[in-house]
Amino acid sequence: MDVVIVAAVIMTGLGIVFASILATADHFLRVEEDPRLEEVENLLPGNNCGACGEPGCSAFAGKLVTGETSPGKCTVSNEESLVQIAGLLGVDVGGEEKQVARLKCAGGEGLAGELADYRGISSCRAAVVVDGGGRACTWVCLGLADCEKACTFDSITMNWEGLPQVNVDTCTACGDCVDVCPLDLFTLVPMSQQLFVQCNSPLTGDAARMRCSVACDACGRCAADAPSGVIDMVNGLPVIHYDRAEQPSQRSTWRCPTGAIVWLEGEQFTEPIAEISRERIRA
Amino acid sequence: MSSSAAFKENVSRTFRHGVHPPENKEATECRSIERVPFVREYVLPLSQHIGAPSVATVRAGERVLRGQQIAKPGGFVSTTLHTPVTGTVKAVEPRLHPNGKMMPAVVIEADPFASQKVEPAERPSPDGISNKQLVEEVQKAGLVGLGGAAFPSHVKLSLPKDRKIEFVVINGCECEPYLTCDDRLMAERPEAVIRGTEIMMKNLGADRGYIGIEANKPEAAARLREVAPASIEIVVVQVKYPQGAEKMLIDAIMKREVPSGGLPLDIEVLTNNVGTAAAVADWFDRGVPLIERVVTVTGPGIPHPRNLMVPLGTPVSTIVEYCGGLTENTRQVIMGGPMMGMPQKSLDVPVMKGTSGILALTSVFQETAQEYPCIRCARCLEACPMFLNPTRLAQLARFEKIESLEEYHAMDCFECASCSYVCPSNIPLVQWIRMGKAMLREAKSKQ
Repeated sequence: MDVVIVAAVIMTGLGIVFASILATADHFLRVEEDPRLEEVENLLPGNNCGACGEPGCSAFAGKLVTGETSPGKCTVSNEESLVQIAGLLGVDVGGEEKQVARLKCAGGEGLAGELADYRGISSCRAAVVVDGGGRACTWVCLGLADCEKACTFDSITMNWEGLPQVNVDTCTACGDCVDVCPLDLFTLVPMSQQLFVQCNSPLTGDAARMRCSVACDACGRCAADAPSGVIDMVNGLPVIHYDRAEQPSQRSTWRCPTGAIVWLEGEQFTEPIAEISRERIRA
Repeated sequence: MSSSAAFKENVSRTFRHGVHPPENKEATECRSIERVPFVREYVLPLSQHIGAPSVATVRAGERVLRGQQIAKPGGFVSTTLHTPVTGTVKAVEPRLHPNGKMMPAVVIEADPFASQKVEPAERPSPDGISNKQLVEEVQKAGLVGLGGAAFPSHVKLSLPKDRKIEFVVINGCECEPYLTCDDRLMAERPEAVIRGTEIMMKNLGADRGYIGIEANKPEAAARLREVAPASIEIVVVQVKYPQGAEKMLIDAIMKREVPSGGLPLDIEVLTNNVGTAAAVADWFDRGVPLIERVVTVTGPGIPHPRNLMVPLGTPVSTIVEYCGGLTENTRQVIMGGPMMGMPQKSLDVPVMKGTSGILALTSVFQETAQEYPCIRCARCLEACPMFLNPTRLAQLARFEKIESLEEYHAMDCFECASCSYVCPSNIPLVQWIRMGKAMLREAKSKQ
């Protein structure tokens, strides 16, 4: 019986000693954590896509609470959650204008010249290491869908011409497609910048046209039709400046002989490009 | 060839693993090297070698004489380029490169009335020049490894201060099926091969030289033996692919192993192709830089297979035409050999310094077989001359496990394609590994 009592006393004593150590440690080593952190994190989507520039949602929440960034930076979350977060932290929603991924190529099947039949592994990165697939243009979209596989939000689908179609509603501009494309054809563009060049070939004139029927042949008509200084021809391609006083207009696309420069309202490739260019050829 | 059968019997030197693809050299192995007529236009890409691209020193409209320099090295691992023809520079513009991309190139229009004589360039006598001078001269001559990889030769020849070279190994194996350009070069110009080897040996202080030849080239071996001095041994090795890879050849001849990620220099050996050795002799004895090379044009899709001496920059289409044009059932044209060569999508590409062959394959060889899952038969492991695990590497590349790729020594793979050749499931192993290596390189450059 004594043994039981001794054991109970020892265990109780030990318990008291350790509890007091813990209590002291809690008092001296306490880290103040913002209670809002957890709430904010719960309101974020939890995709860890990286579009905001942080490694994940939790890191982003940390920066939100300390005020280093604004809720609007999260392009994935819906409006309602963002307003809630902003209200919780007492800040403006703020943030960036919505960006989307755009493809600098329109040379789908039947438009870009085909020289050979590629029969290797069905992946753009694999095709690039063996003679770059079978298409005539070096800067062409290979259409083997590495970007479709890489997209976390299923925003990219390969369309009727074998080109990646980006869904502007679900695209969060996380940049995964930009990283994965071995030809660097994707670029992130704010939705408001509607004038866009769908070609990445530095070739000019006939050299460009003989390889692809929708290539930019650097004729310079778009630059001539834009207010001065807004469009520059650099390296065989038009470069559009949005930071000038005058904004580019749809006028610049009117005289393009191949349809390489387009005015985007929402999605890219909304109608078969083959038809557009055929119309242009007729006109 | 009863003599060759007897000749093959005593051959035991080789490396471990490897494969035995059909040799298919009958069509061209007895045809002596012919010169092709000059054509109208020559295209010389500025990056014909591994390393930094050359920098063009001529402008459109300039007149150039055959053998004149048209581009200077763009760094130490880069080399010079010379015009293979007298004529006018038409442009310096992007042209289709055999790697499938548009790359800057010097385009030269030949002068149909010029004599096309090469004025010997100024160069010192190879006797008694320092290693530094030799390196400079070889770079000035635009020499690269003519076996196919086109690595600038002067980089190999430059000897770091505290290192020495004990043996010079000259590679005359030509283990790729179909190709016979090195075979013919050795049989027709054995003196040049020996002379080039001697120049390199003397300069580097190597006391022994070896020329490794596969047993299926008895004529080349016999001709070289006639002219070789005592210090150079002609070693006949077994016919096996990839015997012509430098590490495999060193293993076969002297049983030394190049460390992983290292160079033959680490075990005091210098390796060079027979074509490169002959080109070294050409520069020092005749003052002719690298402006032409031997190319084997062969395969079932070529009506008249030949060994041709082709000026660099000649469009492949004109060479194919010279050999009778492609037959109707041609399905694939490859630059180089069938195992390691690059498939071409267009014939508008030029012959480059590293082009050893132009091969046209017909449907019989190119029925695309269906790919099946890996059955874990381990034939690729038994074929791999580098003792890697190709099927695992391919899996890792497919699932982008980049750290593991490094752990499994992906970078040691030199893409000989022995694994793809033996795979009973037709898995394009080497393409996966190649992609994996590209991803690994990209990841490393980002760090």
